[in-house]
Amino acid sequence: MNPSVSPARGLEPALRSGRPVITCEIASGDSADLTAFRRRARLVRDHVDAVNIPDNTSGIVHMSPLAGAVVLLQEGIDPIMHVTCRDRNRLALQSDLLGAAALGVRNILCLTGDHMIHGDHPQAKPVFDLDSLQLLGLANHMTREGRYLSGREIKPAPDLFPGAVENPFAPPYDFRPLRLGKKIEAGARFVQTQIIYNVERFAAFMTRVCDLGLDRAVPILAGVAPLRSARAARYMRDRVAGLEVPEDLVRRMEQAGEERGRREAEGIRICVEVIERVRAIPGLAGFHLMPIHWEEAVAEICERAGLRPAIANPAAGTPLGASGDHDAELVENREHTA
Amino acid sequence: MTHASHGSSALLRRSQGFFARHARLARGLDAIARPIEIATKKPMFGCQMCGQCTLHETGLTCPMGCPKTLRNGPCGGVRMNGHCEVVPAMMCVWVKAERRGRWLPWRGAILRIQPALDWTLRGSSSWMNLLCGRTGRQNP
Repeated sequence: MNPSVSPARGLEPALRSGRPVITCEIASGDSADLTAFRRRARLVRDHVDAVNIPDNTSGIVHMSPLAGAVVLLQEGIDPIMHVTCRDRNRLALQSDLLGAAALGVRNILCLTGDHMIHGDHPQAKPVFDLDSLQLLGLANHMTREGRYLSGREIKPAPDLFPGAVENPFAPPYDFRPLRLGKKIEAGARFVQTQIIYNVERFAAFMTRVCDLGLDRAVPILAGVAPLRSARAARYMRDRVAGLEVPEDLVRRMEQAGEERGRREAEGIRICVEVIERVRAIPGLAGFHLMPIHWEEAVAEICERAGLRPAIANPAAGTPLGASGDHDAELVENREHTA
Repeated sequence: MTHASHGSSALLRRSQGFFARHARLARGLDAIARPIEIATKKPMFGCQMCGQCTLHETGLTCPMGCPKTLRNGPCGGVRMNGHCEVVPAMMCVWVKAERRGRWLPWRGAILRIQPALDWTLRGSSSWMNLLCGRTGRQNP
């Protein structure tokens, strides 16, 4: 029998609950041994509604996201499987989507994928047969029409829940909300954003998103991540395209110094501050944490920022639907825009 | 059909019907149109002869110049200066497309969802493919 999480929990029920939703990304397995991966999954399990499993992030080889997603199911976690267009053509994409659905992995995050030029196999042939929008359309087509791209019938049709990402911090800035609208039109049922450090730019993005009515069309989760050191902050600022780390945050991390306890505390403090400020922005349905190989930080960030899963894991002992003042504020903002 | 705007669709249907009946003529015209298309669109737009031209819907900027051949908008890796993450010396195709698209009378076309490429059409004349109705079938 396939492992599965209770149908009352997981991403889609959480998003339907109307309460703020928390998702989190964990690092994929980096060997054929699952011990470390399971440990990371257990670190975040009770704090979130669903867990993202990336697909060869930055073009660096890791364990197959489908394998990782199934392990998450075994751990009682609803997985959000990343599917990128970098390494697979339309045949491979369809067979992976079907395999995922068959194993109980419904949430598919459709991405174009980081180019391999910055990864560990820059010599590889880029595929990009489809782009993220066409992949969204494909997942939607398979679910709604019950057909492959060829038109051949799939009986019964897979029940996929496709999602999209958007990066408000990369040019052309004016086009980003419109592109998000295109993704929703193509079939995105939820959205996770790039990591937010520049809250002002994100607020401007969300204003436009709300003007277009996109926040009412699908739930949008705001991406946040803790900085772990000044070196990491500078690396993200200088070397990771599509990430914007403001100078004052880099300076704060530098002032925190090299001592591990101090710099990590400062990183978490900054992350919690970003969450507090983003929470006041209308149109959001929750948060998406990206701890970047620092899953230990998730529990503390959630506790200090007052983030709780929309639907608590009964095994975790948190009262069902526990909702703090902060959560009420987020829901209120969302209703205000609706 | 990605090429046909609604006004010209009746005309296109007629031409498609005509070329369906005259397949040899279509092949002959393709042989003539192909070099003309390369000679004009390659120097002007860096055309790669995908055979499914969408130039007019992508701000008169060829999306096939993108290292990820993205036809529906920019990826998330565009640098702060608007350049490509893969080829740092190159301006992002979509930054250009968005800027140019603003000045076009049909600027809304950039929001249209482009179907996946049909790789069997690569190297053929997109003009003839349009007139013969050979574009964007069986795609999401």
